[in-house]
Amino acid sequence: MTIIFKEETFHDDFTFRNSPEAVKRFPFPFPEDSYMYSVNLEPHKSYRPGSVYERTFDVDEHYVSEMRDRARVLAEDPLRCQSLPHMTLAGWDLLELIMTSKAEEYPELFELRRDGAKWHWINRPLGIEQKFTFLDETTLPYGPMEYITRQTQGDFAVLDQRDDNLWMDAGMVTTQADWSLDFDIGMNFFEWHAPVPKAHEMGIFQRALKFLLNVQQGSPARRLNWTMTVNPLLDTSPENYHKWGVMKKDLTLENMGQMMHLRVELQTFFRLPRSNALVFPIRCYLIKLDELVTVPKWARRFHRVIRDLPAELATYKGFITNRPKIVEWLSRYDDGAATSPGIWPD
Amino acid sequence: MSAGAAKIPVTVAEVTPVNELVTRFRFVRRDGGPMPTFSGGAHTVVEMNDKDRVRRNPYSIMSDPADREGYSISIRRDDNGRGGSLFMHRQVRPGMEMIISNPVNLFALDLRARKHLLLAGGIGITPFLAQIKQLAAMNGNFELHYSVRTASLGSYAGELVANYRSRVHLYHDDRSEQIDLPALLDGQPLGTHVYVCGPKGMIGWVRKTATALGWPREAVHHEEFLAPASGKPFEVMLAQSNKMIQVGEHQSLLEAIEAAGVEAPYLCRGGACGQCETDVLEYEGTFLHKDHWLTPTQCASGTKIMPCVSRFEGKTLVLDR
Repeated sequence: MTIIFKEETFHDDFTFRNSPEAVKRFPFPFPEDSYMYSVNLEPHKSYRPGSVYERTFDVDEHYVSEMRDRARVLAEDPLRCQSLPHMTLAGWDLLELIMTSKAEEYPELFELRRDGAKWHWINRPLGIEQKFTFLDETTLPYGPMEYITRQTQGDFAVLDQRDDNLWMDAGMVTTQADWSLDFDIGMNFFEWHAPVPKAHEMGIFQRALKFLLNVQQGSPARRLNWTMTVNPLLDTSPENYHKWGVMKKDLTLENMGQMMHLRVELQTFFRLPRSNALVFPIRCYLIKLDELVTVPKWARRFHRVIRDLPAELATYKGFITNRPKIVEWLSRYDDGAATSPGIWPD
Repeated sequence: MSAGAAKIPVTVAEVTPVNELVTRFRFVRRDGGPMPTFSGGAHTVVEMNDKDRVRRNPYSIMSDPADREGYSISIRRDDNGRGGSLFMHRQVRPGMEMIISNPVNLFALDLRARKHLLLAGGIGITPFLAQIKQLAAMNGNFELHYSVRTASLGSYAGELVANYRSRVHLYHDDRSEQIDLPALLDGQPLGTHVYVCGPKGMIGWVRKTATALGWPREAVHHEEFLAPASGKPFEVMLAQSNKMIQVGEHQSLLEAIEAAGVEAPYLCRGGACGQCETDVLEYEGTFLHKDHWLTPTQCASGTKIMPCVSRFEGKTLVLDR
């Protein structure tokens, strides 16, 4: 398997595109023609070769450009990466998890040589080679969590587990759907989820927390979440809302296919062994509506989902104002035919 | 989700008597690979094929969390228990093949603590042995107060004193030595967390004293695994599986469900983690709730039971399983 890494941007001129192969493996999140919240958790096991579920941490054609975008965002706002003092051990746990998985699952891209605590890491796509001492922070250019998440796609929330709750005590968050690590740092599970409509009344968070507190070593879990984003922006943060919020006003029926994106998060959960913390990687995949409608099943289903979505959810996801236009555009690709069950293209 | 944490096929590498009541067992992987790392305070569930039944008992891992070559546990023989510790002491020999679970931690260190005050009673020393190794490697600030019946029954007391000297304080029951708990708790610096593992009475005493002295609830940690109590046999209907099962005198409800070939979720098997919580559909009789999980309101409602430790006496019990 060879991945050709694309040169592209997620800001200003927005040159981000998916290749036809990337469209085919896109994690379309709707198994049926309507959507409501559910605790849609399943074991994070290798599944469907070639899909985003095959490997522990998926690496795709956008890897190099996404890492460049992360470095750009961090340079402008260093508070996107924070780790409270008691979370350093969890950072080492995460570094070990990512390095060992990537080296094993992508041997042509990543290599890890270990001699006791003396580690030697090679990241070929980013041209990085680093010798360091495991558990000795002074031997890395950044803290362990920051070091490894500057080389791994997706955001990372590292959650301390204590008092029967989870606490947002560390993270690397530069590709987020409108939430802020700097605001949430130190909050517990119920506090940081407080803005989500409907789900509290449905008891979703009580059940989800109970599940997450019991995620065990060696048995990671995953789920999908989704929203909509105008322009291929990885960084849709509250801090930069004044820059990207206004872009929603530029949307027309003419530019819809190129400007509007379905944004899907592959969320995974791993128990970290030394710290007993939980890491919550949130990997963002973007697809233009023009790209999405190349799969007829997805085009039909997505039209029906967006059309019938409860207003609270369309508001929370930030596209209530543009919804009529989006539905009108999508309706051209829905001939009313039945769709097959499951998320994969026919 | 499947029942319990992921399993590890192991071989018993060593069986070492520690004193007249306690024996240490060491497990290594059958495939020769490294054990998963773990955090101090974690336990593993050991499966025992004892004649026609499978026992699954949780034991704290006492070895160094950084040691990937094997896991060690220490088991105190309980002559009046349900038979798990007797099986381990009498039947298990080096070279035997067994199954243990991936580590699960319900008694983790709070890494925010400025100081860790560890209080152990008897065999309750085991989770602290791993935590102390972890803390020592991180230059953590800890102090151990360890209460034993007699010097000869003080498992690992000698090596703890030799390795950590002034950080270890021993108390012998036969010399009428007792932890001066109010003075000890009163003299701790701000940011101290206290951890207790030992007999039920000791845990209650520490929690009560700490509360009375104004310690925050979040700074007081305890681990208490309950062994499932024996009791009168009873009959249960499993509605989903459409099976009528018998729970024997020395069998837990969870064990009886498993013996009937019905997969049920679990982790700690000691009434603490909440994983095996089961809905009651119908009952006529009295619940004997023994767990630490359900609230008094839930217990009184007759809608939930924790089958790992709780029992039932009466005419009818129908579970959603």
